[in-house]
Amino acid sequence: MRVVVLGTGMHPWGKWGRPFLEYGVAAARTALRDAGIVWTDVQYVVGADTIRNGYPGFIAGASYAQALGWTGARIASCYAACASGAQALDIARTRILAGLCDVALVIGADSTPKGFFKPVGGDRPDDPDWLRFRLLGATNPAYFGLYARRRMALYGSTPADFAAVKVKNARAGSLNPMARYRKAVTVEEVLASPMVADPLRLMDICATSDGGAAVVLASESYARRRGVQDLVFLSAVSTVTPTFPNMVLELPNFATDSSAAVPAPERPFRAAIAAAAYEEAGVGPEDLSLAEVYDLSTALELDWMEDIGLCPPGEADKLLRSGETALGGRIPVNPSGGLASFGEAIPAQAIAQLCELTTQLRGRAGHRQVPAPRAALAANQGLFGHGSALVATR
Amino acid sequence: MTHAIEGWFAVDADGVFLLGTRCSACGTVCFPPRHGFCPNPRCEGEEMEVTRLPRRGRVWSYTNACYPPPAPFVAAQPYEPVTLAAVELDGAGIVVLGQVAGLTVDQLEVGMELELTSGPLADGPLVWMWRRAS
Repeated sequence: MRVVVLGTGMHPWGKWGRPFLEYGVAAARTALRDAGIVWTDVQYVVGADTIRNGYPGFIAGASYAQALGWTGARIASCYAACASGAQALDIARTRILAGLCDVALVIGADSTPKGFFKPVGGDRPDDPDWLRFRLLGATNPAYFGLYARRRMALYGSTPADFAAVKVKNARAGSLNPMARYRKAVTVEEVLASPMVADPLRLMDICATSDGGAAVVLASESYARRRGVQDLVFLSAVSTVTPTFPNMVLELPNFATDSSAAVPAPERPFRAAIAAAAYEEAGVGPEDLSLAEVYDLSTALELDWMEDIGLCPPGEADKLLRSGETALGGRIPVNPSGGLASFGEAIPAQAIAQLCELTTQLRGRAGHRQVPAPRAALAANQGLFGHGSALVATR
Repeated sequence: MTHAIEGWFAVDADGVFLLGTRCSACGTVCFPPRHGFCPNPRCEGEEMEVTRLPRRGRVWSYTNACYPPPAPFVAAQPYEPVTLAAVELDGAGIVVLGQVAGLTVDQLEVGMELELTSGPLADGPLVWMWRRAS
């Protein structure tokens, strides 16, 4: 039994200022059309939750089902920070693998406020996400800045290397009609943008966006019965936790775990997320034709390249500089344009990553098309130990 | 002076100390202090003793906030960038984040030695901070 990505749909990313449900429903309708099915065919609906849009966002599965029209389908809603979309995919895929349904619709969408993400409402001095702002003024970009500076110290990366990531992703994003930012940029423009969290500048850091993405997943037999050719399989969904002691300072924590009693694990968290996906799919980094990684900052894309095994630690800058991770290179990274071109619409983002993987594997990516792709990985990490990796194959 | 958070740090004649916990079964150290269960997955310890953490360590990384962070942070007027450092405490195998007093990012380096101090938030209460080691 394998699970097929039968259809994908997206609402363009932007700052549209409309309710998240509109984006999700638009994406869902596109995905259904793409899959060649109608809403009433769907047996299972999973909504990835958004926490900044009131109660309808906390029960996204029911909100989307109601918006599309109650059909009596089974539903679920889930939240896992930036990995919410992947978790939603995992639930649907698992239910199909268990033989409990044949076809499922997975939807994520967000409508975001302007500026830095703030902690969610009210005085909550027992919540580390509130406390990190109160005691330290530690925004999300502050953590990205820490990782970037650490990378500079360990491997000699430079602000110009970081800017080169933005230039590469902006070029790819300029070819993607779903991206929010579609203008090519230069290294000079990145290096002249205002400093936000040293050493990261405004153009090194991903924005917060509105957007929506949806996919239709189905059992292989369902897809074959419908005569679908060129199947794309969702071959792995990894949602592993870190292994104690996690020695990387993660959002929104004040400290790492301690290695006083137990030595640090061989595989740090991000690498473990990818390793579990490779193992489940039975492929390795050498099999990939492309990868989508979570470039919350330009510097993080370099970290991810090493974490998913595209090169040894410390060599991502060199691989970037060789042009191999750009469109036209050996292993394009973020051919969609990445978060650099989209900005983050949290619950939609991991689903959008799968949309790009599927579009590429089906050969429908137009000017962004990677030649004859066979396997692709998407990786993602958010707050509080949630992260994800997906592998899609032909 | 009021502490911005109770039970996370202590100020006395010997200086400023972060208050962590140590599992009496396996020795795992935690900050912020943690009660109830040990985070080591292979330890069933439930007795966490409050312990003073080492006052010195080396910079794991650092950054700053060039724009005023949003509430509940209270930004000083006029605003000066807040400097943050993540410091690996000597011998405790733990990295702790804090504001840095009296140093800008241009004066910091990864691996540099810092020590604990305390300083006021813009609206008054004290919080732990890092400063250049004496």
